[in-house]
Amino acid sequence: MKRFNKVVSAAVASAMVLAMAACGGNATDGSQAASSAANSNAAASSEATGNTGADQTTGTSAGTFVIGGIGPLTGGAAIYGNAAMNGAQIAVDEINAAGGINGAQIKFLKEDDQHDPEKSVNAYNSLKDQGMQILMGTVTSTPCVAVADKAFADGMFVLTPSASSTDVIVNDNVFQVCFTDPNQGAKSAEYISDKKLATKIGIIYDSSDVYSSGIKDTFVKQAPEKGLAIVAEEAFTADSKTDFSTQLQKCQSAGAELVFMPFYYTEASIVLTQANNMGYAPIFFGVDGMDGILSAENFDTKLAEGLYMLTPFAADAKDAATVKFVDAYQKNYGETPIQFAADAYDAIYIIKAAIEQANVTPDQSIKEIGDALTSTITTIKYDGITGSDMTWAASGEVSKAPMAIIIKDGAYASVE
Amino acid sequence: MNFLIYLINGIGLGSVYAIIALGYTMVYGIAKMLNFAHGDVIMIGCYTVFLTMTRYGMNPYISVALSVVVCTLLGITIEKIAYKPLRRATSLAVLITAIGVSYFLQNAALLLFGANTKSFSNVVNVPGITLADGALKISGTTIVTVVVCIVIMLILTWFIKNTKAGQAMLAVSEDKDAAQLMGVNVNGTISLTFAIGSGLAAIAGVLFCSAYPTLTPYTGSMPGIKAFTAAVFGGIGSIPGAFIGGILLGIIEILGRAYISSQLSDAIVFAVLIVVLLVKPTGILGKKIHEKV
Repeated sequence: MKRFNKVVSAAVASAMVLAMAACGGNATDGSQAASSAANSNAAASSEATGNTGADQTTGTSAGTFVIGGIGPLTGGAAIYGNAAMNGAQIAVDEINAAGGINGAQIKFLKEDDQHDPEKSVNAYNSLKDQGMQILMGTVTSTPCVAVADKAFADGMFVLTPSASSTDVIVNDNVFQVCFTDPNQGAKSAEYISDKKLATKIGIIYDSSDVYSSGIKDTFVKQAPEKGLAIVAEEAFTADSKTDFSTQLQKCQSAGAELVFMPFYYTEASIVLTQANNMGYAPIFFGVDGMDGILSAENFDTKLAEGLYMLTPFAADAKDAATVKFVDAYQKNYGETPIQFAADAYDAIYIIKAAIEQANVTPDQSIKEIGDALTSTITTIKYDGITGSDMTWAASGEVSKAPMAIIIKDGAYASVE
Repeated sequence: MNFLIYLINGIGLGSVYAIIALGYTMVYGIAKMLNFAHGDVIMIGCYTVFLTMTRYGMNPYISVALSVVVCTLLGITIEKIAYKPLRRATSLAVLITAIGVSYFLQNAALLLFGANTKSFSNVVNVPGITLADGALKISGTTIVTVVVCIVIMLILTWFIKNTKAGQAMLAVSEDKDAAQLMGVNVNGTISLTFAIGSGLAAIAGVLFCSAYPTLTPYTGSMPGIKAFTAAVFGGIGSIPGAFIGGILLGIIEILGRAYISSQLSDAIVFAVLIVVLLVKPTGILGKKIHEKV
């Protein structure tokens, strides 16, 4: 018996040594366990929301670029993440069907971050474990800031379709397809003044959100130069976004002819309802977060009649590229694509253009690909469905012309 | 004039908090537990009304009644499955379980109904009142919410004072073991409390979503926390206290936003709460309870 005990304890001791060695090996990538847990969660939730294009297997085979996509596929901002992933998937399918990038196919993997920075970093780690070489993401700003730092440490090339905060592009390796927040604010002020929509402006914004307050700040700075008077500047926060009666009342009392709303459509639909209830009918003007308001189930589209929004994409545009994309999107997903889908569609094609220009191959390391694409993207000029003659500064900011759309007869329509 | 408008908006918002707080305070008063899942039961109630009305075209009144039934059953089920096995456990264990139930309901709703925002149509078809040549408007929803809230408060007070089941609730809230010895069915009484509290949640949900018409799986969580604050403010366990606390919370929030800072409205609400609790630790109408050690 005693002898047996000795054998057992020796076995246990050696097992412990092995286990510790294994721990040491894993410690170089400390969050592996956490990220694979997050991975299975995300896989479960993307199944639940019925997403397509989930043919996800692990590992990189020769001759395949693995592009990762991160965005909110569930949660309050899910409409943006799902639209972006759908748009990207269409681009990937088109490119693969047409022979890939320099003959290499693309594998597109997506992960859910629920618009949460922590979950986004988990999603990033999980995608990296699955062999991601280039990141198309993340879709929303706050998580993107968190992921951008991780990606910078890895030297990975990041192209975000729609994270518009300037905080996103502080690192050299991150580029945007969408306008930055300051740009949106400045362009909105310019547009309102050029089209003589109004001179007395009321602003309602989400002071707890970097996207909303960023746009508001530049709008406020730009407005006096454009001859616009800001008569009311009212905030709300993530914790008090149900009642807007006070903010609207103050705008009305101050005589605002136009209410600028740089926030997302979920809150905007309440603002429009409450303004309607109190009989206040100024011009409402939103930015790209307003996109999607007509897709909210059971939303009374009459409330949004005449709502302007500054967004680079209009689904009713008649150019061949837009028509082709909108048709493919409607065929695959049964709805009209919003701007986020178009941004992501462009993002994949921009990555393709940069890869072709830089002449990188899938067998290079993440950092080699990242460095090559980072220096190449500033030299390319791209014509997409969210803007023509798009060029990039080394800062990561895109340069393209803005466009406004208006809601007319319950549908998005170009202003001109 | 603006002050009056703000005041009315404050009462409108406060009455919604009050009606949610009634459910909180009742469950706390009798079962001595904070049911953090209350806000999410409200959300389920809203989805029931939304789906029956928009997908199946039901009459609003029938769908509200149906939602009360669904929430009542849900409340009883939650109590039986999640809270009853913990009757003898520490109150912290029950609290954590309640938070777990809250997350469970949110994620279940996410799975069942999807994450996309739904736009709730107003169920209350009561015309508003216009005063002072159209400068002052009181919406039908606000009037109905305040009236419903007062009616529920009166019925609950009457029910607890004058019926056998109500007396049993009082007895259970005073001393569970003694009540059991006196022949009160403690488990049945607590189930009944949950049933009533959850039924109220359905009505609160319908009124909340009629006033603020967006519906997501997270709709219930923030008003739930505000209503909990209102219940503490008014004195948790006290039914009239929940009403007063809710209305005051709404008015303070709106006036703070209007006259001090729209950014700091929540901070102002909680600052007032802290002052009230420093002066009167049991809340405005709270009774001092002697804890037996």
